[in-house]
Amino acid sequence: MDLKELYQEIILDHGKNPRNKKKCNGFNKDAKGNNPLCGDKVHVFLKLNGEKKVEDISFEGEGCAISIASASIMTEIIKGKDFNLAKNILESFINMLKEGSKPRINSLSDNENTTIMSLSGVKQFPMRVKCATLAWHTFLHAAEDNKKVVNTEK
Amino acid sequence: MDIKEIKSKFPIFSNKVKGKKLVYLDSANSSQKPKVVIDRISNFYSKEFSNVGRSMHSLAVTATNRFEETRDLIKNFINAKFREEIIFTKNATEGINLIATTYGEKFIQDKDEIIITELEHHANYVPWHFLRKRKGAVIKFAECDKQGEVSIDSIKKLITSKTKLIAVTHVSNVTGTILPLSKIIDLAKTKKIPVLIDGCQGAPHLKLDVQKLDCDFYVMSCHKMYGPTGVGVLYAKKKWLEELPPYQGGGGMIDEVKKDDISFPESPTKFEAGTLQTAEIVGFAESIRFIENIGIKKITQHEKEITEYGLEKLKKNNSVSIIGDPKERGAIISFTIKGIHPHDIATILDDDGVAIRAGHHCCQILHDKMGIPATARASLGIYNSKEDIDILNESINKCNKVFNN
Repeated sequence: MDLKELYQEIILDHGKNPRNKKKCNGFNKDAKGNNPLCGDKVHVFLKLNGEKKVEDISFEGEGCAISIASASIMTEIIKGKDFNLAKNILESFINMLKEGSKPRINSLSDNENTTIMSLSGVKQFPMRVKCATLAWHTFLHAAEDNKKVVNTEK
Repeated sequence: MDIKEIKSKFPIFSNKVKGKKLVYLDSANSSQKPKVVIDRISNFYSKEFSNVGRSMHSLAVTATNRFEETRDLIKNFINAKFREEIIFTKNATEGINLIATTYGEKFIQDKDEIIITELEHHANYVPWHFLRKRKGAVIKFAECDKQGEVSIDSIKKLITSKTKLIAVTHVSNVTGTILPLSKIIDLAKTKKIPVLIDGCQGAPHLKLDVQKLDCDFYVMSCHKMYGPTGVGVLYAKKKWLEELPPYQGGGGMIDEVKKDDISFPESPTKFEAGTLQTAEIVGFAESIRFIENIGIKKITQHEKEITEYGLEKLKKNNSVSIIGDPKERGAIISFTIKGIHPHDIATILDDDGVAIRAGHHCCQILHDKMGIPATARASLGIYNSKEDIDILNESINKCNKVFNN
C-alpha cells in the first residue's frame, strides 16, 4: 500500500481545484448522495438531451480529496458522452475499484484513460472505495430519474 | 506511572500495523483490552460456563456467582447505594433507549419537554426523537458556545413547567468538554426534574460517585472501559426502577405467567430479559479490577498530562485548528488541518500506524453548529504516552507534505 499511489498529482489537483463544481445551467435532472458514516454529501446536476447525450454535468458537495477528485474527474470525462457510453465507463470504473482490473476504455482518449486510472490506487484502501464511487452512483440515479438519495451504506 | 509496563498488558500492542508500531488514539470509540480480560473470558468458557440464574447444577451456581460479582464490583466502582440499581444492557445506547422507552411510556405526554444539549452523541438524541414521534414530546437543545461549553444558564432558560427530563453527556466525545454535572443536577433538583447522564466518555476516565452526584440515571459502555463489547450498564435510582415498566419481555424477567396475565419481579431481573452476554459480563469484572489496580484518579491524572502535552504540541503546529477550548477537558482532542479533509488525514496517519477517527463522530448537530462537516479526533487511554503524541504530530506534518501544503 503506497500513499503516493493513492494521492497522485492528478487527484490532488482535482481535489484542490475541482472542475464543474457548481449548478450547471439548464440542468434537467439531479440526484443526491450521502455517506452517512462520515458525512460526505454530493449533489449531481445533469443536462441530458433528447438523444440521451450528456450535454452538461456538474456537482456540488463536501467531502475528502478522493470523493471530490472522483466527482470532478467524472464530470470532465462524462460531459459530451452518450448516456450508454457513460454507463459503460461507470461500470469499468467500478470494476477497477472493486476487482482491480485496469481496462483501457477504447472510446476514451489516452488522456481520459490516464485521468480515470489515477483513481485505481483507491482499491488498496478498502475504506475509501465508497468515497470514490459515491458521485458515480449518484450520476446514475440522476440519469435514471431515481429519486432515492444514494446511500453508501445500503 | 510506568506506561510501558501498562502497555505490555495489552496484547494488541505487540502487533505491527503496516509494519509500524501501533499508536492507538481511538479509545473514545472503543478501548483496547488487557490480557487479563481476554484470558478471563477464555477461562470462563473453558472451566465455568453455563447459563446463569436458571439451572440447579453446580456449573450454574458458579456461573451465577461470577456474573453477580460483576454487578457488585460495578456498584462499588460508581458508589451506587444498592446492587439492584445496576442493570446490564448491551451498551450505553441500549441504556438510553431503555429509559426513553419505559420512562417515556409512563411519564411523557403530548407537548412534554426533554432538554438535551448540542454536544450530544446521536445515542442521546435519536431515542428521544422516537419519543417525539410517538408521544409528541418536544426536544429542546441547550446551546454550546465556540469553546464547546454548555453553560448552566443555557439549560436554565429552557426549563419550563413542561420539562420532564434533562439528558446530558458527561464528557463530549468531540470537544472533550466535561459538563458541569453537579450544577446541572442541583438546578434540576430544585425543579424536581430527573437527570440522565450519558457517561460513555466519563466512566472510563473520571472518578464516579453516583450518590454524591445524585443523578437519576447514568449509562456507560463497557467496551470503552477496557472491557468486552456487547456489555453496557444502566445505573438508575431504585425508586425509578420500582416505578418503571419492564423494557423487553422474555425469559428470566417474569414473576408469574398465566394465560390472562403476567406479573414481573423487581429490578434488576425485571429489566434483564433473556440470556445476557454472560462471559462478557464476567470478563468485565477484570476490567474494573484492572482500572482499580491502577487507580481511576491516577488514570485521570495521566491522561490529563498527555492531553495537555498534545494540546500544547498541536497548538504550535500552524496548520492545525483544535475544535473547542473548554476549561475542563477530558482525554479528547478533535482537530482539522487547513486544506485537508479529515478522511484523508486518517488515511495518511494510518500509514504511520496512527489510529484516529475521522468524520462527524455521531454528532451531526454539533458539526452543523460549528459549520464543518467532519473533524479528525485523537482520543486517549491509559496506554498512551507523550511519544504517541510526538508520532501523531510528525504524521500530521506528513499530511501537509502529501498534499503539498
